[in-house]
Amino acid sequence: MTDITLPFVPPLDAGGESYLDEGHTILSWLTTTDHKRIAILYALSITVFFFIGGVAIGLVRLELISPTGLFLTSDEYNRLFTIHGIIMVWFFLVPSIPATMGNFILPMMIGAPDVAFPRLNLMSWYLYVGGAAFTIYVLFSGGVDTGWTFYPPFSSDYSHSNVIGAAAGVFIVGFSSIATGVNFLATIHMLRCPGMTWLRLPLFAWSMYVVSMVMVLATPVLGMSLLLISAQRLFGLPIFDPSAGGDPLLFQHLFWFYSHPAVYIMILPAMGVVSEVFTCFARRRLFGYGFMVFALIMIGVVGFMVWGHHMFVAGQSPLANLVFSFLSFIVAVPSAIKVFNWTATLYRGHIGFEAPMIYALGFLGLFTIGGLTGLFLASVPIDIAATDSYFVVAHFHTIMVGGTVSAFMAGIHYWWPKVTGKLYNEFWAQFAAITMFLGFNVTFLPQFVMGWLGMPRRYHYYPDVFQIWHILSSGGAVILGAAYLMPLVYLTWSLFYGEKSPDNPWHATGLEWQTPSPPPKSNFLRPPRIDADPYDYHDFGRAAETGDESRARPQGDAS
Amino acid sequence: MTETAGALREPWPDLRLQREGVGLGMWIFLASEVLFFGSLFCGYAVYRTFNVEAFRIAGAHTEIVYGSINTVLLLTSSLTMTIALRAATAELRNLTLYCLAATAALGAAFVLCKGLEYHEDLKQHLFPGLHFPLSPPATQMFWGFYWIMTGIHAVHLTGGIVVVLVVFTLFKRRVIPVQGSTMEGVAIYWHFVDSVWLVLYPLLYLAGRP
Repeated sequence: MTDITLPFVPPLDAGGESYLDEGHTILSWLTTTDHKRIAILYALSITVFFFIGGVAIGLVRLELISPTGLFLTSDEYNRLFTIHGIIMVWFFLVPSIPATMGNFILPMMIGAPDVAFPRLNLMSWYLYVGGAAFTIYVLFSGGVDTGWTFYPPFSSDYSHSNVIGAAAGVFIVGFSSIATGVNFLATIHMLRCPGMTWLRLPLFAWSMYVVSMVMVLATPVLGMSLLLISAQRLFGLPIFDPSAGGDPLLFQHLFWFYSHPAVYIMILPAMGVVSEVFTCFARRRLFGYGFMVFALIMIGVVGFMVWGHHMFVAGQSPLANLVFSFLSFIVAVPSAIKVFNWTATLYRGHIGFEAPMIYALGFLGLFTIGGLTGLFLASVPIDIAATDSYFVVAHFHTIMVGGTVSAFMAGIHYWWPKVTGKLYNEFWAQFAAITMFLGFNVTFLPQFVMGWLGMPRRYHYYPDVFQIWHILSSGGAVILGAAYLMPLVYLTWSLFYGEKSPDNPWHATGLEWQTPSPPPKSNFLRPPRIDADPYDYHDFGRAAETGDESRARPQGDAS
Repeated sequence: MTETAGALREPWPDLRLQREGVGLGMWIFLASEVLFFGSLFCGYAVYRTFNVEAFRIAGAHTEIVYGSINTVLLLTSSLTMTIALRAATAELRNLTLYCLAATAALGAAFVLCKGLEYHEDLKQHLFPGLHFPLSPPATQMFWGFYWIMTGIHAVHLTGGIVVVLVVFTLFKRRVIPVQGSTMEGVAIYWHFVDSVWLVLYPLLYLAGRP
């Protein structure tokens, strides 16, 4: 199975027509099985949800300017931060990179004409839409107030909000990510082009492989835990009811058995994206390719064994705490390997500061801060002090927003010319990237501080001493919001008025760049073939600054 | 190869690879399903460890006759499904159709039998709630798992029956040829649903009996 490669079947209509010209009706988009069009459907839908989730938390941040609240009741406040969590986790972050860039780029990267099961791919988008419909319904029917974690007994017995609707939405969208995972795994196993051996797969393809594995194995457990909650709520089956011998802690175990690996579902694709961006914009081979692959797999595997660190104060045995703490430290090792290798990749590079690279460099710094604060929290005594404080909030937002969203933006800008055939405005993109980095830090560094000082998360009212930090954080959120809106404007502008992009504007290696921009429906005009290792930017032992100039990117042609 | 037109789908270059791909995809999906049911089994194991005696008492009240008949029905359906798959690979079209019909019929018989059993259970108020007849309270936990496990299994099986009937119709009308990759995926899924029952049967019907 491992080394089956695909003999290329030349497309019947080997013309140069791009996938965008294969039909212009809305119906042709809604019934497409082309992985590139499905990626765009996904991109549009997750963008909508990103801004809905953003508005929800924007209102929360506005409310938190005052220690006694401004305009929300506590009930509305609970519902807003809950819907923010549910939407951002399951309707933005989980599908963000895999369903958009993974769908679009992965088959091209490995030289395949499409994913293994194109109709299943379309179905996964409709599942997403189905789950999204439930979530919209929850929004209009008054929201849900359990927090995104759905902990019983509150969610199963006491909450008066629409828990079932929210759980149904998350359950359904979970099957959308399982479908994507199955598709990617089969694609990577079966549809690589001649010469594309496992150890020539670009890191982004490897990250998609590992993330698909995690999606397929973790998501069903979330589905089951939500099903059990719903069974208790709807039919009174006493699964988490202590009076019938049940244990609410079991829910937390099942929930985090998914939701901790889900953190890796969200960050691994980001690691894949920045590996592509760093190599391209530093004109360097990836430092320690084998270790990078190994680290991805290690994170995927060990990531399944650390869920208990979410439950240090939930009544878990001290022995379990010790083991989970230890394993959480272990998972930091491959993450650190990746950070060091990215840094070493930059060393002696021919670095350009185009927007994707600025976003990726932002990722590198923020991921490191997020990872190191994660180590604080993996240590039991510190976690007992910091549990449920803003320190935790700041920690995971540094990974999720500073890490994943930065990498998502890096990827969007990096592959934008390939996807649309248009060049975006480099100045505004660089400006937005820097604004986002600054806005992020102004928003979340104060949260680290106030969390450390004792400000609990999810509180509506708080002591006056924390007000200054909340005001700083809310001010940062305004900057961050502006930085998110800018790309919406200049990227849309580029669609209509942007300069036409050459096929390979970044002079990048990789199969996806060896085809027209935008690509034809069958992805390639000639049979793709791989004869070299990935990231072939310079000869071994010779950095770009001394190496073959023809492989180095001429400076400044991108802006 | 006769009448393979319509069997090959994008993006596969040939039918052998496509069949292998469909098999691989289905196995990966089943890995996901294993974790889905696995979290239920895990919950059952945890609670049984906490409430050994209650699970023994509650387990003695399941309808073992219905359960055993259903086990026989489902195992037989797996046999007919296997024959259907082999027949399809050997391009024996009629045998494939007969065996698919038999599989769907056995599956339907299982669901019917399960319905009778549910009726019997409800007559004895064996649904967790106010009128639950057994004690201690943790016996309700066993029956909570009983309803969820058998319910989810029945949903899977019903889905399987629908798929078998659809595939049967498509084969019958010669929309797709039997030797395509379809049978591969259908058969693997059917066997999985069957093997889940082989775990449920001892957990629910045998565990409470000496």
